[in-house]
Amino acid sequence: MNAAVLAQLKIETPGGSGSCVADNGFCPEWIADNLDRYWTPLLEHVFLTIVPVAIGFVIALGLAVLAHRRRWLTGPIVTITGIFFAIPSVAAFFLLQPLTGLGYTTAMVALVSYTLLIIFRNITNGLRNVPAETRDAALGQGLTDRQLLTRVEFPMAVPEIMAGLRIATSTTVGLAALAVFAGAGGLGSEILTDRYFKSNVVVAGGLAVLLAAVLDLALLGLQRVLTPWQRARA
Amino acid sequence: MTTNTADTSGPNANPTPAATLEFRHVQKVYPGSGQPAIQDLSLEICAGEICVLVGPSGCGKTTAMRMVNRMIDLSDGDILLDGRSVRDRAPAELRREIGYAIQQIGLFPHQTIAENITTVPKLLGWSKDRQRARVTELLELIGLDAEMASRYPAQLSGGQRQRVGVARALAADPPLMLMDEPFGAVDPIARARLQNEFLRLQAQLRKTIVFVTHDIDEAIKMGDKIAVLKTGGVLAQYATPAELLMYPADKFVEDFVGADRALKRLALQRVRDIDLWKAALVRVGEPVAQARAKLADADLPIAMLVDAENRPQGWLSDRAFTGERVTAEVRSPAEPVADLDDVLRDALSDLLSTETRYGAVLDARGAMAGVLSLEVIQHFLHAAPAEARSGAELVSE
Amino acid sequence: MSMTPAILGDFGEGIEFLFSERESVSGGVQIGGPAEMADFCATHMLVSVAAVLIACALAIPLSLWLGHIGRGDFLATATSNVGRAVPSLALLAFFISFVGLGYVNVISVLVLLAIPPLITSTYVGMRQVDRDTVDAARGQGMTGFEIVRKVELPLALPTIFGGLRIAAVTVVATATIAPLANVQTLGEPILTPQTYGIVGQIGASILVASITLLIDFLFARLQRAVTPKGLKLAGDAPAKGPRFSLPTRRRLRST
Repeated sequence: MNAAVLAQLKIETPGGSGSCVADNGFCPEWIADNLDRYWTPLLEHVFLTIVPVAIGFVIALGLAVLAHRRRWLTGPIVTITGIFFAIPSVAAFFLLQPLTGLGYTTAMVALVSYTLLIIFRNITNGLRNVPAETRDAALGQGLTDRQLLTRVEFPMAVPEIMAGLRIATSTTVGLAALAVFAGAGGLGSEILTDRYFKSNVVVAGGLAVLLAAVLDLALLGLQRVLTPWQRARA
Repeated sequence: MTTNTADTSGPNANPTPAATLEFRHVQKVYPGSGQPAIQDLSLEICAGEICVLVGPSGCGKTTAMRMVNRMIDLSDGDILLDGRSVRDRAPAELRREIGYAIQQIGLFPHQTIAENITTVPKLLGWSKDRQRARVTELLELIGLDAEMASRYPAQLSGGQRQRVGVARALAADPPLMLMDEPFGAVDPIARARLQNEFLRLQAQLRKTIVFVTHDIDEAIKMGDKIAVLKTGGVLAQYATPAELLMYPADKFVEDFVGADRALKRLALQRVRDIDLWKAALVRVGEPVAQARAKLADADLPIAMLVDAENRPQGWLSDRAFTGERVTAEVRSPAEPVADLDDVLRDALSDLLSTETRYGAVLDARGAMAGVLSLEVIQHFLHAAPAEARSGAELVSE
Repeated sequence: MSMTPAILGDFGEGIEFLFSERESVSGGVQIGGPAEMADFCATHMLVSVAAVLIACALAIPLSLWLGHIGRGDFLATATSNVGRAVPSLALLAFFISFVGLGYVNVISVLVLLAIPPLITSTYVGMRQVDRDTVDAARGQGMTGFEIVRKVELPLALPTIFGGLRIAAVTVVATATIAPLANVQTLGEPILTPQTYGIVGQIGASILVASITLLIDFLFARLQRAVTPKGLKLAGDAPAKGPRFSLPTRRRLRST
């Protein structure tokens, strides 16, 4: 109870906690007292990561199935998503501005377009790495093309698809920090506004790294659940 | 013929009768290739028989096999499964009715052994209980522990995977099986064991089987009939193994069968299949005159000393006949000995590796059944192959 | 319907910004035009090239050696994982708050961002070389150094250049936020709307995007050019576009 009151006090008078903050030192005390102000930006950051990756996955999945049926589409898809991938996100935000203004939509469009190449390539590679004899055995037993895709090729591609999702996710955590330039908040906004204050930079940056690690572990766990056969070795 | 599964109570209560298969002037030309891969191939395969397609690489044997379940489409001609053209069938539906086993096996690494085996039953909509029962039944049939059902392919040895590949092909009790070098991916010892096991299985199941191999020895061993194909998919000869070895149709078949085809024929025969020599069987204490009379009647000039049960004791020397009664003067022991069930080639090998020119042949009780000699074997090799059998009937273990 | 010309108008003005000077939004100063853009561009390229060269000098020899002796799976995995997870903005802010402003800090940040893809691609490239090929080279009497120079390096080059391409694109993209540390790259108009306005932001964005795409394209050509002819014929040529894989992944195996 006392601690809470004290914390209230300190927020009102940031300089009051001693010379640490005033000297721009690294202040564990300040961090402990001010952690809750990072809660909202962190949630925004989670949102800015998960939603683009999810949307990017759905789009890339569609494109990959399309390219699986029509091989010649692979080249054009890779070229176009490759252009999205290469355009710096900060530039992308402002190039989108005349179309979508500044804000969430702009950030989302840019972040989604960034994930497409990564996820698309990994799905495609995963599907193509299914050995010819497995495909032959599947067709020879009377699986239709669709059954081959859903029962054999996709399950076997899960490790590569998950690898793609993991890369896309950790990359998006980093890029979402730039979403502040699109006016979409997130941890980047905390970093940018107080970028000379060490404690702030460490906490906000650290939270982003932590978020990337947690999401990566979560995806790794999901992959393990989805691929029990990968752990089974004689 | 049907794979109607709905009214079957047990997993394999009504085994599907084997199908007949006929290639009728089949031709395959790949687009962009001037040379046909298969030229005018006509074959009839009887129900319940193993037909081996054999030939050098590029002879189109795999192509011929894959046209049966429409993995490759025919250019011309027709293939009839139980009199019905495969051209009229939807490929996926047709394939579910035909067992399919390939050299690389192609098990699904993400599925357990049980799931792999029930691939086709699942496609056919069998109930879970029936699928489970079928897995148990098949694992027992191929000699794998029931606990293997929940393992993944990566946890099995090469030989075990090959067995699972065969079990998967058998799962829906197909009237026809296609097997493309199904035992090709294991070492020679494991392969021989798998071949023997499979022949024993086949003796029970009596499936119609199209079996592709490049190995003439495997063809001779596995086939009821052998179709030898030459480059360009031309049928060089279609015959039983014995006929093939005895009367190769042309120089190509002769070369392909190999210079040792006489020996290969011997591998197809058992000692009981040929006319053995009759030996004089003499007991100690028998009047010499009587023994000499037996000798005169025998096919060979020396007599075999036998005990009361006619079991051989050794070849008698001339000194055994010097007195009134036969004495136990043995010149050499009764070696080698062969059983009536021995393969001729093994018996010949024994005969060649000892000094004696004659080999005693024993029946199941160990009594003398006759004598094997080089002359007997030569005589057999020059005789007609009427009594020759297929290799498939020879395997015993 | 009426939006289309408006959009074109925004982009048109942005492009015009690049080619002709104008008065700043807040007034008083002349901004935009080829001279100022060339200045920004020069700075942008200077820090980028310096960063990529330094990163190459630090990362490539080390990973070549690690790849040659086959130790460093952990390093390759860890750097690429950590490298991706640290936001460039956080890294720059970290340098700003702990070290200070200026060229050295900006270049340091860019070097740190360029190193992970270089280490990973070089290491993976070296390890991907068929062990039988290396064994054959050793069997013919090549020394370790000769094996690296004549066998492993040529075969690993396409993959290394793939990493170089990602590193270069990342560095050029990140150099855009260098003005936060008082280094005036092409990001200056983007990050100072109070002076350059929306037109400056769009104009500079167009320029940055074009330059990055050009660099991406050039490195793609370069990657193609360094691929040994034998590999191209074998169909092992590097895929169009960068490849994304986590190192030390188990390969799919069918049975």
